[in-house]
Amino acid sequence: MYAQMVETGAKRLRSLEELGPEERAFQERVDADVRIEPKDWMPEGYRKTLVRQISQHAHSEIVGMLPEGNWITRAPTLKRKAILMAKVQDEAGHGLYLYAAAETLGVSRDQLVADLHSGKAKYSSIFNYPTLTWADIGAIGWLVDGAAIMNQIPLCRCSFGPYSRAMIRICKEESFHQRQGFDIMIKLCQGTSEQKAMAQDALNRWWWPSLMMFGPPDADSVHSAQSAQWKIKILSNDELRQRFVDQTVPQADYLGITMPDPLLKWNEDRGQYDFGPIDWEEFYNVVKGNGPCNRDRLRTRVKAWEDGAWVREAALAHAEKRAARAKKAA
Amino acid sequence: MSNEWPLWEIFIRSQHGLAHKHVGSLHAPDAEMAIKNSRDVYTRRNEGVSIWVVKSADITASSPGEKEPMFEPANSKVYRHPTFFPMPEEVKHI
Repeated sequence: MYAQMVETGAKRLRSLEELGPEERAFQERVDADVRIEPKDWMPEGYRKTLVRQISQHAHSEIVGMLPEGNWITRAPTLKRKAILMAKVQDEAGHGLYLYAAAETLGVSRDQLVADLHSGKAKYSSIFNYPTLTWADIGAIGWLVDGAAIMNQIPLCRCSFGPYSRAMIRICKEESFHQRQGFDIMIKLCQGTSEQKAMAQDALNRWWWPSLMMFGPPDADSVHSAQSAQWKIKILSNDELRQRFVDQTVPQADYLGITMPDPLLKWNEDRGQYDFGPIDWEEFYNVVKGNGPCNRDRLRTRVKAWEDGAWVREAALAHAEKRAARAKKAA
Repeated sequence: MSNEWPLWEIFIRSQHGLAHKHVGSLHAPDAEMAIKNSRDVYTRRNEGVSIWVVKSADITASSPGEKEPMFEPANSKVYRHPTFFPMPEEVKHI
């Protein structure tokens, strides 16, 4: 979701008996729900997978500021503008919590950022879609943040202490994001017919990409199985997606707008909604870098990093100069 | 690769009377900026009334490998807990 298709390096799942003594002790701690902390022994695959997963999650928070930042200057009222700024600032904060969690695994912030900029590290596919109207800001809060919450709540129980703690902080703040989005949708849907049509149009464009956020079906994925064994993935992509659909459809009913899915239907036997097939070709295309905004997003990030370089250097030089002066005076 | 700003550990006191608690870390060029940045990163919702920042490099931590010899001695000293001593029913306020 915010982390999609995270590679674990595993070829197949091994049983406890096949593990060496250290790895076995590690797995037993994980099985007993004991948190793993940065200085504890851990398998190299666990460490590397977590770096990939947490950094991908962090990058998503940071890149995720761009589609919404696009509307800060054009928010319809001062109140909406202040709220949107607070929301985007939260995303920056979430990125920072997560980068810090990744850094406890022995990777530097500069390296993480460099991997994003070179395209080696990914961020969620969802942020490669454009925000064309104000209703998109409502749809993002409602759907994208709603999907994020769905994924992040179980991760509060994940096996790696710093990641779990970052998730707990983030989840506390995320609910505001979803509600502010739904509040925008309510206002639009109670407005003029043009405003309601704008809300419907945003739902049409964001619904399928939101479902893709959970990633492809992972029933047969050895990486998902490995991540589940390590308890850094708690529920499967399809389970999370189904829960999200079941939770969101009644909300759309309340708004009086409809999902762009003719096959969406309540299934009495399953007690869940059936929904139509997802266009995974579109998903893979976006992940490969060919979504509507991939190049633009990366270009903007790289430019911000490069344009800010002199500030980072000057602040460091200033701090060093002051430290040297204080030392001399002492 | 350019020089990274050093890493700081951030401690926040949530309200008067409680101890500062570790909340996370961040990069900043100096202590003053570390405090300003932690205000924005860790107290956006009135989480704190006081911030401590400590350079991560200045923290000395106990080693997880020595957890047993370090903490095991307390295990056998249950008499340090008040519940170790059964008190007669009729004795009050103790």
